[in-house]
Amino acid sequence: MKIAACIKRVPTTDAQVKVGADGKSLDSAGFQYMASFYDEIAVEEAIRTKEKLGGDVTVITIGPADASKEVREFMARGADSGCVLKDDAWHARDARSTAKALAGKLAKLGAEVVFFGKLATDRDNAAVGPMVATYLGWACVTDVIALDVQAGRGTAKRETEQGVETVSFTLPAVITTSKGLNEPRRPNLKGIMAVKAKPIPEETFENVPNQAVVHKVELPAPRKAGRIVGEGAAAVPALLQALRSEAGVL
Amino acid sequence: MTTIVVFVEHHSGQPVRASLECVGAARSAGGSVVAVVTGAGAENAAAALGKHGAGKVVCFGGAAQHSPDALARDCASVVKELGAKAFLAAATATGKDVAPRVAAVLDVTILSDITALASTGGGLAATRAWLGGKAIATLGSSGDVLVATTRPNVFAAQDTGGSAEVVKKNASTDGKAVVTAVEAKKAGKLDVKEAPVVVAGGRGLKAPENFALLEDLAAAFGNAATGASRAVVDAGWRPHGEQVGQTGKTVAPQLYVAVGISGAIQHLAGMRTSKVIVAINKDAEAPIFKVADYGIVGDALEVLPALTKAVKELKAHR
Ligand SMILES: Cc1cc2nc3c(=O)[nH]c(=O)nc-3n(C[C@H](O)[C@H](O)[C@H](O)COP(=O)(O)OP(=O)(O)OC[C@H]3O[C@@H](n4cnc5c(N)ncnc54)[C@H](O)[C@@H]3O)c2cc1C
Ligand SMILES: Nc1ncnc2c1ncn2[C@@H]1O[C@H](COP(=O)(O)O)[C@@H](O)[C@H]1O
Repeated sequence: MKIAACIKRVPTTDAQVKVGADGKSLDSAGFQYMASFYDEIAVEEAIRTKEKLGGDVTVITIGPADASKEVREFMARGADSGCVLKDDAWHARDARSTAKALAGKLAKLGAEVVFFGKLATDRDNAAVGPMVATYLGWACVTDVIALDVQAGRGTAKRETEQGVETVSFTLPAVITTSKGLNEPRRPNLKGIMAVKAKPIPEETFENVPNQAVVHKVELPAPRKAGRIVGEGAAAVPALLQALRSEAGVL
Repeated sequence: MTTIVVFVEHHSGQPVRASLECVGAARSAGGSVVAVVTGAGAENAAAALGKHGAGKVVCFGGAAQHSPDALARDCASVVKELGAKAFLAAATATGKDVAPRVAAVLDVTILSDITALASTGGGLAATRAWLGGKAIATLGSSGDVLVATTRPNVFAAQDTGGSAEVVKKNASTDGKAVVTAVEAKKAGKLDVKEAPVVVAGGRGLKAPENFALLEDLAAAFGNAATGASRAVVDAGWRPHGEQVGQTGKTVAPQLYVAVGISGAIQHLAGMRTSKVIVAINKDAEAPIFKVADYGIVGDALEVLPALTKAVKELKAHR
């Protein structure tokens, strides 16, 4: 089975944020990058699917040339190949434009199951996976916490506000992964050595312009300074008083 | 007036609050609202939707099972038919599942989890958080239709006292993904994303069994859900669905009570836009106090029972 996983390079969670000089972007000077958290779960599930059904796993990212670093790390964990759709403005690419580029690549690859993170932790769009599936006319299950893929079809579970849904779907399919689906493995030394010299080609893609137009970017207003109402259980009446009369939330 | 189509979720005809807020968001941006509902009892939602400002309710009936891709095509067909300028859904699990597909069917982009929507000279502009709330962006879309999901607990549901015209249509049934079963949550248990009050616990609660104290507090509030830090979810003390933070859920309740949670940046990313934040922590230097409106320095295991008792008494006297 041809299996793929899409990963995105995002700023590390401790990144210090400054607004860019144009007031419409982030100043990325000093950012360090990593693969988005849910993408680790996506690649892990791709590798497990291969281990169960046979086939091979391709890791795909749209990003700068340097994003081959994250691709290689996932190859060290057990993905078979990878590529970078080269784009220095990847961070500003909107969900539609990203989805169109990935859909083009996945159709060419002939993938049958493709794993995405449920969201990328930079813009939190939670959109690219289901958009890719829709452009390709494939099935899609989002936010998956349990999965069983078989030949031609599969079932997945996802958690909603109401409970847990069981979804049955046909292949080809897009699965977006949630926390709890699996525990991603770490690369071991043997894996790291094995992929050290493997080529990770840079590819071009159909570059559809963004529709999202940023008007302005600001830092959030700092929260009003709070106060300690007291110590221990004795402070409970003071807290309730403040919540009722000052905050008006009780 | 511009037409805005809103996908509305409901339980047997009772619209969920996040969807009513979404209708409110569309109205406050100057839209005339057409609501799309589907599933058993959908027509019964019409009265409540009219009362909250929808002028028209399109009911898609006849599908035995929910399919997000079929539903997305139905929603997109309403948008096209009416020449609507925007499509909105609440940023719930179902809304986030359907809205991106609607965007792709319409071949437009999506703005996710927005916290403000306004009509400007050049169309609609939305505000949303980037990098877990470290930056706030205001955006528009050059696409023909603005597709967006609205963050729960941010927009106000409006009581307009109106009524809605009902249009019935047949739902598409050729979905490629179909929900075959729903295992309902324990009755009365609110989801952390929806609840107006969230009481969340961290490693400071010391042991999984102590979360009973947190459940008691949630029950005393009556409209509260329990949440958790990643540390206790990873430890297996609490289910994944309760995790608040950058790699969990983003919540914005009226009141967020953080108990024994240090306030790591990744946790703050998921709750810093809560209206009022209370922190209970034995360490006066814990970073959570930097974002808290009110704090109690003390042992959670001692403060929680006292707080639960006091909240119960307060509720009983009203
Ligand atoms: C990529 C990444 C993503 C992450 N995503 C998330 C996320 O989504 N959500 C999240 O929460 N975290 C996330 N984290 C983890 C985060 O960095 C913290 O490790 C985590 O939030 C800590 O959980 P905690 O506050 O429960 O535990 P600790 O940091 O151990 O804090 C426990 C607190 O309890 C207090 N305490 C101890 N005993 C008591 C007592 N008896 N009474 C009262 N207070 C007491 C202590 O003073 C301390 O402040 C992420 C980390 C990374 C690297
Ligand atoms: N630039 C990108 N390159 C490859 N995959 C991406 C890219 N952007 C998003 N994705 C995939 O889509 C998922 C959801 O991203 P988003 O919709 O932006 O939150 C991510 O977890 C990735 O799997």
